[in-house]
Amino acid sequence: MQMTRQAKSSKGKAKTSRKIPQRDALDELVDAAARALDLQLEPAWKGAVKANLKVTLALADLFADFPLPDDAEPAPVFTA
Amino acid sequence: MDTAWAHASEIAAAVSDGRTSASAVVRAALARIAADNPVLNAFTAVLEDRALAKARAIDAARLDGRPLGPLAGVPFAVKNLFDIAGLPTLAGSKINRDRAPAQHDATLVARLEDRGAVLVGALNMGEYAYDFTGENVHYGPSRNPHDVARMTGGSSGGSGGAVAGGLVPLALGSDTNGSIRVPASLCGIFGLKPTYGRLSRARTFPFVASLDHVGPLARNTRDLALAYDAMQGYDAEDPVCGQRPTEPVAPLLDRGSEGLRLAVAGGYFRTGAFPEAQTALARVAAALRVTDEIEIPEAKRARAAAYVITAAEGGTLHLGRLRTRGRDFDPAVRDRLIAGAMIPAAHVAKAQKFRRWYREQVLALFAKVDAVLAPATPCPAPLIGQQTFVLDGVELSVRANLGIYTQPISFIGLPVAAVPVPLAPLPIGVQIIAAPWREDVALRIAHALEKLGVVRANKPSVKGGK
Repeated sequence: MQMTRQAKSSKGKAKTSRKIPQRDALDELVDAAARALDLQLEPAWKGAVKANLKVTLALADLFADFPLPDDAEPAPVFTA
Repeated sequence: MDTAWAHASEIAAAVSDGRTSASAVVRAALARIAADNPVLNAFTAVLEDRALAKARAIDAARLDGRPLGPLAGVPFAVKNLFDIAGLPTLAGSKINRDRAPAQHDATLVARLEDRGAVLVGALNMGEYAYDFTGENVHYGPSRNPHDVARMTGGSSGGSGGAVAGGLVPLALGSDTNGSIRVPASLCGIFGLKPTYGRLSRARTFPFVASLDHVGPLARNTRDLALAYDAMQGYDAEDPVCGQRPTEPVAPLLDRGSEGLRLAVAGGYFRTGAFPEAQTALARVAAALRVTDEIEIPEAKRARAAAYVITAAEGGTLHLGRLRTRGRDFDPAVRDRLIAGAMIPAAHVAKAQKFRRWYREQVLALFAKVDAVLAPATPCPAPLIGQQTFVLDGVELSVRANLGIYTQPISFIGLPVAAVPVPLAPLPIGVQIIAAPWREDVALRIAHALEKLGVVRANKPSVKGGK
């Protein structure tokens, strides 16, 4: 499993799959999401939050590319 | 009679025919709790006055010749995310101490008491149910009666410890990703996670609405079935509770496994297990003469999708509290919830689409088999405080990975009976997984295994309470 997305060289072989952001990018995601969600993260919490987010995104990567048709219905269905 | 290790069905029979009284049974349970709970730390509230009043009412009813319920005089306790009238519903948290006391009991508490059971207390749990360990920074860890230095498993840790430790014969827990089955496995008792939507969750504190289940833990299959039968039925107060007729299982138990087609789960479920988990599964399969293996397709992805949905829904549920009271959370829970709130929506939506696809694949398997056997946990009870273990050569978080075999099953709401294989020195569980709404199949097989002597809840020999 690819855990980081490295900046690709000028050889033009950049992969198009959206893999886990690299370390600094994940730090930025944590900071930006905290601001967007109005969450006051204490500095001591950030490492564990980032580590948990990294694990979760890596797991999401397992099914993110799993082929499903556009009309695949999500599981929870509201019945009126 | 000695009610410390008696079955619920035996207690109810003895109370009903006057060999003992509900008051005597409840007083004995309260005495055991007083003696052993300081070590096991299973209870967060003991309801002595309420329980004794209820017991006296049952005894009075018997003297009046009124019929008693099938659970007459059976003491039980509930994970503290079930509403109990007069108490704030803690859900394992410090923050919820500030909630107003519940006005009414949860539906399942009321249904059990309607059948004669007696609520004696509220049970410890992992904070907000985001936990597989049974540890809790605010209330202390639930301790495993088979070795009090070890985890009960969670998040229904107090439920596991109270039943396995002989404090009560019956408890209720909740299971979002494995929180009934994991403590049942580590504590060596029986647990039932019914079909999603079978039992009402009304007036319980939620965790992940699209994955939350509730169910019983007990020391034998018949007690599970009696409790389950007592709790069945539609409840308009839980929007996902199915409008299905009550389908009693207790009368069907003696049909056993005859005629049922069984297979062992292969592939994903054969990876990562400690030798004890493999031994337990092999014993159960051998006793049932199961030789077929079946692959549950894409179980690894299913577990991943369950993980992502759990984190996202859990993070969303608690976002307001995370904003205002972050310091009051258990740090291990808080940091996972915050991360969950930050997951891009695209992943969550894809997980839910994958979930329906996966459900269709797995349901197709039930055209070939009636039940599937799988490990309940990858290992017996870890030590309290143990942060990591090694599965297939990879060091992983215990807290996040004790449920690797339970998550792909609850992800699509299948009913599961967790049964205990009494290995020494520590027990470990096996999952019996059935098609939706076929709890009868899972419990019939569990009962057959009990009769064969392969599974049973052993009375703990290691205990620090006395």
